[in-house]
Amino acid sequence: MAKFRKEGGKDLPPISTASLPDIVFMLLFFFMVSTTMREVTLKVQIHIPEATELSKLEKKSLVSYIYVGEPQKQFQRVFGSEPRIQLNDQFAQPEDILDFITAEREARDEAEVPMMITSLKVDEFAKMGIVTDIKQELRKASALHINYSSRKKAVAE
Amino acid sequence: MARKVPEIPAASLADIAFMLLIFFLVTTTMDVDSGLERRLPPMPPEDQNNDDTPPIKERNVFVVLVNANNQLLVEGEPLQVDQLRDKAKEFMANPNNSEDLPEKNYKEVDYFGEVGITKGVISLQNDRGTAYGTYLAVQNELVGAINELREELAEQKFGKSYDKLESDQQDAIKEIYPSKISEAEPKKVGGK
Repeated sequence: MAKFRKEGGKDLPPISTASLPDIVFMLLFFFMVSTTMREVTLKVQIHIPEATELSKLEKKSLVSYIYVGEPQKQFQRVFGSEPRIQLNDQFAQPEDILDFITAEREARDEAEVPMMITSLKVDEFAKMGIVTDIKQELRKASALHINYSSRKKAVAE
Repeated sequence: MARKVPEIPAASLADIAFMLLIFFLVTTTMDVDSGLERRLPPMPPEDQNNDDTPPIKERNVFVVLVNANNQLLVEGEPLQVDQLRDKAKEFMANPNNSEDLPEKNYKEVDYFGEVGITKGVISLQNDRGTAYGTYLAVQNELVGAINELREELAEQKFGKSYDKLESDQQDAIKEIYPSKISEAEPKKVGGK
């Protein structure tokens, strides 16, 4: 029979947790620096297409986002399953883009307005019809500098 | 005599830091925003007549059509997306001054002397039913073709990558290989 008796007297010294806060703070700072705040709650599902000729969006504060995709499951009952436009936190129609761009411009400094970029985050399977409508609206609003959001394509071979 | 200050317990500091950490993990995203940068043409003034633009010769236009089934028709023949880049490069460069590829406009350019600048224009037209993924892939190939040409020229002339050149050298290359991709107003042909 094996003996499970404790060897008395030889207590393990407790592991010091004094450095734990330091480690956690280090992690915290890492995440604070390397991530960006989520600005809107996505109400549409977006699977961003891949591309190779990418350029980075340098100044986040000058970028306004337009999301296009299928509404998420809980909104499909009301909004259907066809791709829809989302501006800020709401579903929108193409006609609303003009107001949206104007509002975005007013929120920025006047000197920065010409440098503003509109980033289109569009689902891969959305039809071009809706994207074309958006582009026409953007042209009307003279927000001509756009960026088709896409991921870096993993190079084959 | 100094009074002994009671020690502040630091055991809960880790919990506080964890809470902050989890908060930041939840509310932030890691994704870097990158994408294909394009410029839209400005809206033409409403009273403009379309007739005053000179007609473009057919050999100077590289027509790319994408239909609602995501199929490509390039210069009258069906093509796969991955073949498009080479075709577009050949069109823009026209190395042998071939008759059916675009004409060149001879002009003095800094660093290069007199070079022929292509008069070619890439015209992209898509259907309203084209998938956005395909459209972007086509755009990507066309932009990629021009970027590759610029890169090749930079390597050949300066022995450096295009990104590492001085801005006036980049401008000279840009002048030789302009990014001329025009998008026609889309037509609604096939289905939804």
